[in-house]
Formats: sequence, structure tokens, C-alpha cells
Amino acid sequence: MTTVNTKMNRRSFLKASALAGGGMMLSFAWLAGCKPTEEEMMGLPKEWFELNSYIKIGENGAVTLYSPNPEFGSNVKTSMPMILAEELDTDWKHVFVEQADFYPERFDRQFTGGSQGIRQGWTPLRTAGATARAMLVSAAAQSWNVPASEITTNAGQIEHKASGNKAHYGEMASLAATLEVPEEVTLKEIKNFNIIGTSKKNVDGQKIITGKPLFAIDHKVEGMKYAALVMPPAFGMQLKSFDKSSVMGMSGIIDAFPISLFKEDYARNFFDTTTFPEVVAIVGNSTWEVMQAKKNLTAEWEKAPETTFPMAGRGGGTSTAVVPAGLENTNRHKARMAEYIQKPGNVVRRDGDPEGMFNKAAKVLERTYTAPFLAHNTMEPMNCFANVKGDKAIIYGPTQAPEFISGTIAQALGIPKENIQINLARMGGGFGRRAYSHHMTEAALISQKIQAPVKMVYTREDDMSAGVYRPTYSATYRAALDENNNLLAFHVKAGGIPETPLHANRFPAGAIDHYLAEAWDIPSNITIGAFRAPRSNFIAGAEQSFLDELAEEMGKDPIEFRLELLKRAETNPVGERNDYEPKRYAGVLELVRDKSNWTSQQSNVSRGVSAYFCHNSYVAEVVDTVIKDNQPVVESVYAAVDCGIVVNPDAARNMGEGAIVDGIGNAFFGELTFENGAPTKRNFDKYRMIRHKEAPKKIEVHFVENNEDPTGLGEPLFPPVFAALANSLYKATGKRYYEQPFAPQLEMENLKM
Amino acid sequence: MAQFNLNINGKSQQVDVDPNTPLLWVLRDHLDLVGTKFGCGIAQCGACTIHLDGNAVRSCQLPISAAEGAQVTTIEGLSENGDHPVQKAWLEHDVPQCGYCQAGQIMSAAALLAQNPSPSDTDIDNAMNGNICRCGTYLRIKAAIKTASQNL
Repeated sequence: MTTVNTKMNRRSFLKASALAGGGMMLSFAWLAGCKPTEEEMMGLPKEWFELNSYIKIGENGAVTLYSPNPEFGSNVKTSMPMILAEELDTDWKHVFVEQADFYPERFDRQFTGGSQGIRQGWTPLRTAGATARAMLVSAAAQSWNVPASEITTNAGQIEHKASGNKAHYGEMASLAATLEVPEEVTLKEIKNFNIIGTSKKNVDGQKIITGKPLFAIDHKVEGMKYAALVMPPAFGMQLKSFDKSSVMGMSGIIDAFPISLFKEDYARNFFDTTTFPEVVAIVGNSTWEVMQAKKNLTAEWEKAPETTFPMAGRGGGTSTAVVPAGLENTNRHKARMAEYIQKPGNVVRRDGDPEGMFNKAAKVLERTYTAPFLAHNTMEPMNCFANVKGDKAIIYGPTQAPEFISGTIAQALGIPKENIQINLARMGGGFGRRAYSHHMTEAALISQKIQAPVKMVYTREDDMSAGVYRPTYSATYRAALDENNNLLAFHVKAGGIPETPLHANRFPAGAIDHYLAEAWDIPSNITIGAFRAPRSNFIAGAEQSFLDELAEEMGKDPIEFRLELLKRAETNPVGERNDYEPKRYAGVLELVRDKSNWTSQQSNVSRGVSAYFCHNSYVAEVVDTVIKDNQPVVESVYAAVDCGIVVNPDAARNMGEGAIVDGIGNAFFGELTFENGAPTKRNFDKYRMIRHKEAPKKIEVHFVENNEDPTGLGEPLFPPVFAALANSLYKATGKRYYEQPFAPQLEMENLKM
Repeated sequence: MAQFNLNINGKSQQVDVDPNTPLLWVLRDHLDLVGTKFGCGIAQCGACTIHLDGNAVRSCQLPISAAEGAQVTTIEGLSENGDHPVQKAWLEHDVPQCGYCQAGQIMSAAALLAQNPSPSDTDIDNAMNGNICRCGTYLRIKAAIKTASQNL
């Protein structure tokens, strides 16, 4: 039996009679599934009783659950309420789900990213659900004058068997809402879960398939104006001047003016990454008209000097951030990275005597892997609605991280943070990009200037060319072997522009006596940020491709080789800072070996395997490719995942399938290059995305069944795909793939891509 | 500016806009039919797919002047109650992740099935290749199209 102290999450129990934002739309949990019968239909109650920040119950037994985190497609809007509903012990059919607005006084950590939503929401949500249940039970105990300990609940019903009393939650809600929050509550036994672990349909499914307004880009209010931005044409450029008259005569154009996102003395936070801090805004009567005016705007741009600005430290204090001057080129990036590969890096970890072992090695295997910058390309371009009047602001937009932009908006507008209400829109994709929410500041500044509601929309070209990209990376791996092909030492040296992808304490650190990890980085003025499993999404591919080649060199089966290393890390680990559990790591390799029938491979299929640990979860994947009509085709992908308890299995599989498709797409095609500071791809005609035809023909996602608390899921299936695909393509073509994207190299093999 | 008489989801509508305005923006900004999405503006992603006289068309590249006299169907008008076989199959397979591209995917799929009620995998790939799903729900889309094809 688990009891938790409710004081830990005290703010969850604050009540406010009027909810911020007045509620967007309720989502009906049951509507997303089969159509309920007349009796199953739970209508809206006449009155709601609020039990805590997350839960209110109507007199008829209907339950509204607030989903605290922003939704960008990982399905937290369904799975977080499932956790509440489980501990509340209600019937899912009685549940309405509402997206919570940004309300830090009421909710913990309203952040979607780092695969942490369910992991970090797990205990607070269970506690909130269990607390509400306990209060309903107390209310029944009072009403019936029986001990609370004799009362049971089941699917929204309360019962005291001995006295024969029965009620549904709605009948006890008004009394329960007046009771003190208990100091301690008991959580359900995992074996008694009946909502968690069962597949529930997306609560917004019906709205999505009927085209209801769900996204910020769909928002409209009376008197709203439309805005577009004109940005510098390249990284390293800034606005010199612009000619307002070049657009003012145009149809539907109201105003054009520059906006600056940061006051000079403002200490930026980690998520304030902004491609261009000064841009020109054009305001008009419709999106099309402002987009036309954008093309006509005459502006002069100049090279930006090196700039510095204050950065707020996480524990207080500020440091100075430097943005170098210059117009960068991909060719130059490659040349500079080649120089750094040859130079010593900063040693981040050394076990044993790696240098000595390399000196006496009979054979050294050395390989270098590289990958380009990537653009996120969310299907919904950056956009935001803002309504700023006097010292009050309402912002409704797509953001993964409202908390990190609220202070930025406050300083830009010069109005107090508490006067700024941020409402959370469903996002048309995020992938890390919308952790950086400068589009909200931009919309807010435009609205403040015109003192009217406004919707600001990026064109696809703006979105792609003013991104916060996945950096370009490089990793060089070396393995020292003795004359009998035994592994003596292992060396990784990895860097990038402008950050290193290295995680020095991850596998195979801890499994090899003599180990060296070095890091390097090269500064740049190209803005970079989180992109589905940042750093891991590159280093996993490099490491797992190298291990595949090393296993081959050593004459071992690639799964068996990894399992041997993991056995060593489990039984006799090297060093103490290894940040993975070897047993769980091995578990997913064993599961994927089983599910893919690894040991009885078909001769016409080329298979590759890969495994990686990140965001607290373990994933192993097997990719099968065939060459059909001179074209590489991904036939099947098998994934084995250990992310602890799976809240919503079918939705979890969906996200896993998506991560695999995403990985295959980026491995084959993903690439953003720069010429004189400007991205050379600005729309989907040049930036190749994976499409229907290139998707794998079959994907199986299998979960390790255990009772561990849930860990990350949105990201961990993504990093291992790159190497599983590369290792499979090696089997199919006889060539190793060291450089992403793979498509140009496959074309050089006379294959069609 | 000019007056245009449109037939959208079986209803006649008048709008007064620049003749070059793409149908997409007339739907979204002038008629408040926001189910049709803006993705790329150059007919490369399919998010803005609608039916023009039953054919799947990218509305971001269709000037309003070319929509006059034609029957335009948007996601809002695909069915009365969201119960077109394609929509039902989408729910059955719980296809969407972020959901942004799905209206366009559904419109492409519905046009395909109207012309070819029993499409092969290759037919589906060909008809759907213009619709990008950044979340990667392609396998579920294909499965849903096959389910819908059996329930037409």
C-alpha cells in the first residue's frame, strides 16, 4: 500500500471559483470512442463542485478533469486525465477533459518536453485523484454516519455494504468540496488499475476529424487583425531600415513597424532562444493580404556585429552570452569540424589507461559519423493570437513551455507578469521547437502597438528559415583490439556546432575497463535548440553503428555482443557514474530479439539492430530492409520498449510508430544547409520529408511489462532508428553509412530514393 | 476586390476579396471554416486539401476565381455528423497525434475512395503521397483507409 503526503503538491489543492480563461472547449472522453447509448450519456450538470485544481464533479456524477500540460501530439491530454480518473476511481464514460490554461498557482510543471510529462506528472496526478476520492468517501461517511474505512468506491459509485447505503459521486460532491484536504491519502495498488493500461481513444479525436477549431492558428475574435513578420534574410544579418510606404498603399494593409523582443538589460532564460530579436511586423485585414505585403516590403539589411547579452543563471546571477558575427556556410562548417576531429577535445571521462591500451593494440578500428542541421518543420507553422489592452494581456498560442515565456512577454510589454494570461492551444506538432516561444512575444508586441487583438502567422518559409534547429554534429569512435580480437579500449570524441552531443556516462561507459570520452564545440550564430531527444538523436546513431561494425570485426552477433558488454556493466561495472541500468537495457535487446525472430532470419531481408537509453527509457529496434525495383524499402520495424507502466497502450504504440517513421525520414532525407548565413531550403519543395511511400510497411512496438513508475516515451524510440536503419542498409548494400542523410549516398549506389 | 459566388458544403456564399486570393484563405479568414489547414502555401504538404467537384485539390494554390461555379467540400462538410466512413475509420484506428494534417489526409482519402472503392497499397501510397504527416501516422492512415473501404 502506498500512502502519499498531500503537502508535497499543495498548490494542486488551491481552489479558484473562476477559472482562468473561462474554459475553452470540453472534450468528451466517451465521444472519441463508440457512440454511447442513451443511458450511457452523461449530460452536463447544473452545477460543478471543485475538489481540487484538476477535478470538478457535477451533481449528476459527471467529472471534469483538467489536463495540465500543453498538448503537441503526445496524447497527454488523454493520458494525464486517465491517471486522475484511475485514482479518483470514476468511470471513464463520465469524464469530460478540459485543457488547463497556464496557471502556475494551480498546477505543477505545465511543460511538454523532455519526455517528462507522464513521468513527472505520475505522483501529483495520482495524488490529486486519490485525494478527491478520499474527500468523497469522507463526505459519504459523514452523511451516513459510518466509518470511512468501511466505505468502498467503484467506477464513480460509493457504497457502505453493512448499512446498504449507496450513492454516486455527484450526490456527495457538494459536501466533499467543503471538506478539509486530507493530510495523507492511499494510492491504488497497481494490480487494481482498471483505466491505466487500457487503451483509451484520443479525447480530441472527434474534433480533429471534423475540423473543429483546436489550434491557435484557428482562433478568431471580433475585431481581430492579422499580422506577418519580415525577418532578416540570413543568420548574421540585422535590420538597418525599412520603407513603410512600400506596403502602406497595398490592399488591406493597416500598419508596418519594427518590434524588438528584448529590453537591453533583460537577462534571458535558457528558452529565450530567438532567431532574430528585431523584425518588421506588417498588420492588415487578412492573412493573405499581409503575406502579399511581406513580399513587397523594401528593407535594408546589414551584417550584425558580434553581440552580447545577459543570460539568467539557473540558480540566480547572470552570465554573458555571445553571438558571433559572420555569415556561415555549410562547407566551412564541415571543414572546421574536420579540423576539430583531428585535435584533442576536452576529456569528460577517462577510465583505466585508454591511451596505453591503444598504443599496444594489435588493431584499431576508427570511424567518424556526421549529421547536418535539421529543421523541426511542425505542420502548423509558428503563430500566436494576442490581445493586449493597456496593462492587460491575453495570449493564446502554441507553446510547450508557457512558464519560460511568461517573464519574457512581461519584460517586452512592460506590464506585470500577473496581468498576462497565457492560454494553451493544442499544437500542430512541437518536437522541441515550441519550447522556444518567441512567437508569443512577437504577437504580444504587435497587439500592444495596435491596441487590438491580432493573429500573427509565420509562412512556411519563415518557419523553416528562422528556426531553432537541431545542431550539426560529428562523432569519432575508436576501438582497440588485441591480436585475438578482444576489445581492449574504447574512445569517443564528439562535438558539434555549437554544442557537443556527447553523454559520457552512457553505455558503453561502464562496460569497458579502458574508456575515454572527449567533447568539443564550435560557436555559431545559427540558433539551435531541443529537437526530439536532443543530442541523443545523433549520438545514438553514431555509437550504435560503430558497435555494429565492431561486433562484425570481432566476429560476434551484434545483439550478443551488446549483451556481453551489458553483462559486464551489470556484474562488475567500471566507474560509478554510469547512468543506465544494464539489466533493463539487456531486457529490451532480449525482447526485440524474440519479437523479431532474430535468430531465424529470412534470407531475402537485410536486418539491422540498435539499442539506446535516454529520457529514462530503454529501447531496442530491429529494422528490415529489402531492395525492391532498385529501391531500398523498409519492410518491417520491431521495437522493444521499457518505459515502465504504460498508461495508454494504443496511443503509446502510435507515438512509437511515429518516432520510428520520423527517424527513418530524417536518416534518409533530413538536412538543412547554409549559404552566406541563409538556409538553402525554405519550404517542402526542397526540404524532403518522409511521405506515405517511404514509411515502413509494418511497425511493431512491444512494451516490457513491469510495475516500474512510467518514464519517457515521446523521444526514446527516435534515436535508435538511425543506426538500426544504417546497419540494415549495410547488410543490403555492403556499404556502411557514416554520413546523414543517407539518401545521397544510396543514390550513388545507383539506388532510387 | 471583387464579388464571388461560391458553393461551399452545399451552401451558397458570397465573398468580396482580391481575385488572386487562394480559396484556403477565403475559407479560413472570411468564412470561418478553419478545418482546412495552412501548411506550406505551395501545394507540397496537403494540409489544405478540399474537394472541388469531388476531386482532391490543394486550396492554397487555387485562386478564388477558379472556385466559382464549382462544388467545394471542406472537412466541415464531408458528413453531417462526422460519420463519413473515412472519419469513422480514423477514430477506430485512433490515427491522429497532433491532428493538424488530418483534415487534409481525410479529404485526400475520401476522394480516393470515391473514385476507387477498393484501393491497393500502391493506389493508397500514390493518392496519399502529397499529404505530409510530420507525426508519422502513415501506417494508421493506410489501415484506416482499408477499414473505410470495407464500410463504404
